[in-house]
Amino acid sequence: MKNSHNSPLLKVENLRIELTTRDGVAPVIDDLSLELRAGETLSFVGESGCGKSMTALALMGLLPEKVGRVAKGSICFNGEDLTTASPARLNEIRGNDISMIFQEPMTSLNPVYTIGEQIAEVLRRHRGMNKAAAWQRAIELLDAVRIPNPKNRVSDYPHQLSGGQRQRVMIAIALACEPKILIADEPTTALDVTVQAQIFDLMRDLGRELGTATILITHDMGAVAEMAERMIVMYAGRMAETGPVQQVIDHPRHPYTKGLISCVPHLLAQLTAERPPLAEIDGIVPSLKDFGRDECLFASRCERANEQCRNQRPPEVGFSAGQLSACWQAEDV
Amino acid sequence: MTFLRATFFRSLYAILLLIAVLVLNFSMMHMAPGDVADTIAQSMGGADPEIMAQIRADYGLDQPFLIQLATYVGKVLNFDLGFSFFYNQPVVSLILERLPATLLLVLGAQLLALTLGVVLGVISARNPNGMTSHLVTGLALFGYAAPVFWTGILCLIAFSLHLGWFPTSGMRDVTVAGGGWAKLLDIAHHAVLPIITLCSVYLALYSRLCRTAMLEVLGSDYVRTAKAKGLSARQVVYKHALKNAVSPVITLAGLQFSAVISGAVLVEAVYSWPGLGTLAFQSIIARDTPTILGILFFSALVVIVGNLLTDIALRLVDPRVGGKQ
Amino acid sequence: MNTQKTPTPSTAQAQSPMGEAWRMFRRDHAAMAGLLVLMLVLIAGLAGPYVYSGDPFEMVWAPFTTPGTDGFVLGTDYLGRDLLVMLIHGARVSIAIGLSAAFLTVVIGITVGALAGFYRGWVEELLMRLTEFFQVLPTLLFSMVIVALFGASLPMITLAIGIVSWPPVARITRAEFMRIRELEYVTAARACGVSNVKIILQVILPNALPPIIVQAALMVGSAILFEAGLSFLGLTDPNVVSWGQIIGSNRQYILDSSYTVTIPGLAIFVTVLAISLVGDGLNDALNPKLRKR
Repeated sequence: MKNSHNSPLLKVENLRIELTTRDGVAPVIDDLSLELRAGETLSFVGESGCGKSMTALALMGLLPEKVGRVAKGSICFNGEDLTTASPARLNEIRGNDISMIFQEPMTSLNPVYTIGEQIAEVLRRHRGMNKAAAWQRAIELLDAVRIPNPKNRVSDYPHQLSGGQRQRVMIAIALACEPKILIADEPTTALDVTVQAQIFDLMRDLGRELGTATILITHDMGAVAEMAERMIVMYAGRMAETGPVQQVIDHPRHPYTKGLISCVPHLLAQLTAERPPLAEIDGIVPSLKDFGRDECLFASRCERANEQCRNQRPPEVGFSAGQLSACWQAEDV
Repeated sequence: MTFLRATFFRSLYAILLLIAVLVLNFSMMHMAPGDVADTIAQSMGGADPEIMAQIRADYGLDQPFLIQLATYVGKVLNFDLGFSFFYNQPVVSLILERLPATLLLVLGAQLLALTLGVVLGVISARNPNGMTSHLVTGLALFGYAAPVFWTGILCLIAFSLHLGWFPTSGMRDVTVAGGGWAKLLDIAHHAVLPIITLCSVYLALYSRLCRTAMLEVLGSDYVRTAKAKGLSARQVVYKHALKNAVSPVITLAGLQFSAVISGAVLVEAVYSWPGLGTLAFQSIIARDTPTILGILFFSALVVIVGNLLTDIALRLVDPRVGGKQ
Repeated sequence: MNTQKTPTPSTAQAQSPMGEAWRMFRRDHAAMAGLLVLMLVLIAGLAGPYVYSGDPFEMVWAPFTTPGTDGFVLGTDYLGRDLLVMLIHGARVSIAIGLSAAFLTVVIGITVGALAGFYRGWVEELLMRLTEFFQVLPTLLFSMVIVALFGASLPMITLAIGIVSWPPVARITRAEFMRIRELEYVTAARACGVSNVKIILQVILPNALPPIIVQAALMVGSAILFEAGLSFLGLTDPNVVSWGQIIGSNRQYILDSSYTVTIPGLAIFVTVLAISLVGDGLNDALNPKLRKR
């Protein structure tokens, strides 16, 4: 890859995550590799059920106990392999070096503690602050995430806040220790459209201020175009395509990416004079038990699919600027 | 502010409930065959109609129903629950004498069941396939199906008659001299078996509910958030999960107060525990209606106070309760 | 969001809901064992007196004959009465009271709960206050008072149990009614001008039944325990034998013969345990969604 003036902050290699279900063991993430450099924003895109959130939980070491496990590969953070790190070490990293924002602000805060306590707690844990200092810092953080009148709101309980405000509190918790990596799992999906833009602005501003690298998980191509420098398109637990955002949107090399982009009219409207009809991708993501098959999993929904697609998993084909596409016909797309 | 207001309205409502209990009490007494005059006449060994009419007039029994009811409610609100001809003393003093023993039993069993239930529930939820988990399941089945008086007799046979660890009956040993600690220890020694017996039923209920609630909470989004903060497993479970899982258990415990008192009646009968249950039993045998109704009134009072306490406990644990109704 | 939901394998042939529930129930070994035990108790109660005849009040042998001696399988009690005969006759009382009191409980509970859940407003307010009122009265004490004041006949005991036990059924019914009355098919029925009585009885009630059935099953167990408690205290019809009463009358003699207390207690325990296992099985069979979560 060009332009790698320093070693990556996070390096995931050949990651395979298996889930134990009633139908047996299935790979929710299959052979995923990625790199994240300091201060960069990387976006994960795909429909629900593609394993985006599982990737996020795996990076945090929070795969559901006894159900999910890392079967293969490594997750290296600053040269340290997190898949083999001790639980105590992971606890030191979580919330401190790597933190996370979840999709559901309504249920992600503990209803029986004040928001101040929930922010202060993470500061006491990782920064060794005393009660008073942590509380004071919690007020400052509430101010930083633009919650009006933070001095009074700090002792509110989550049920007294709106969804957007709760997500701001979650951001305050996540950024409290100035983490090196922030993972945001569909941070705005549950919010009103007007609030969505505010939350994205907030994340971008604070991320730049602190030099935090961000992994943004979303199915919103518009958000990707605005927020991220590079993107990974996931399909059924596998990487379909990756590359710089603008390049991928301009020249998708995977039929799935193409489909996703055509679902969002304004992205194309910038490129072409006349708007094409709003498209949708027929069919659904295959069920988990079929994830391990040696074939292109998108073949059932792809109009280009041929015999080869149905019988053999496609390799990753490289293009300029690090763009990769896992499609047998990548050159022709 | 809202807290005080809510408590005030709860208390007001509690008083209304108590008055309703009185009305029910009085109506039942009115509907039942025989009245006070019959009781008095019986205790005198029979009386002629003239004296009977005199007694009825003395007690206001010739007045219309509503007047009698109003007099009765008024009397009770002045802490006058009538006179027990069987025990030859006012019902109120009779009940107050026995109340502490029952309260010790009821509160002791509730507290023990809650504490142990939460501990067992948490342990089994953290390890759903472990030994404790099976214990909770087994306990739940036993606690529901075993008649509490039978459990009591089994405990009596095992621990008093065979092992001799605990006394078989009563609350005090008259041969134990001295007050203070010696007295307290003596009572505690007598209370162990009754409390454990009564506790067994509710321990089963609470541990099972706590286990379910804890399992649900451990899978919740905010517990995932707590883990993502890098908190230790202990903090995640005991700080973040437990406080949430405990509120349904407290709610259930509050609803069980009336059942616990019912259970106490049976347990008191098994261990000859000198509480309200034994008194109720004896006065039913003696057909001592004022005492029976007085006990019903007082036990309703205990339940209502228990519910109020539960309400306050819930508000302390969960800020969402009472915020808006 | 990406909890992978694999669609449940479609069952071979579509069956009626009841058939489906029965198939689920049959796979539950504990529940089937419970059902078997219940059958045995029922048979013992119904046919027992004809197979092993005898008067439960008759003194037939020396008191405290230990079980298995002199031809008495379960021995004799403090008055020399045959414990097996008493148990068989006691089963009848337990079953009769258990079923009839549970029936009464469910009828009162459904009526109150359905009206409260359907009509809302002051009707609901009034009925729920009434429910709360009955939950404040200690159940056993209250029924003791009823039995003491109005006499200890079996119908009165049934009534006393029914009157104090209905609030949980009312609460469940109300919750179900409140949920179902908002569903589309109820709105549709309303739009068609179906009368309220018909909506309550024919549209909502059948759909609200599963949790009520489970509760009703458990109520049978509670009623048996309740009757046992009352008769243990001696508050029972003196002309019939019941399990609780055997324990109550023999408990002074546990030093000499603990079996006169342990055996009838075991009978209550096993019966109620069987009912609760059946109840759990019904719960899983009728609410399959609950289990999968």
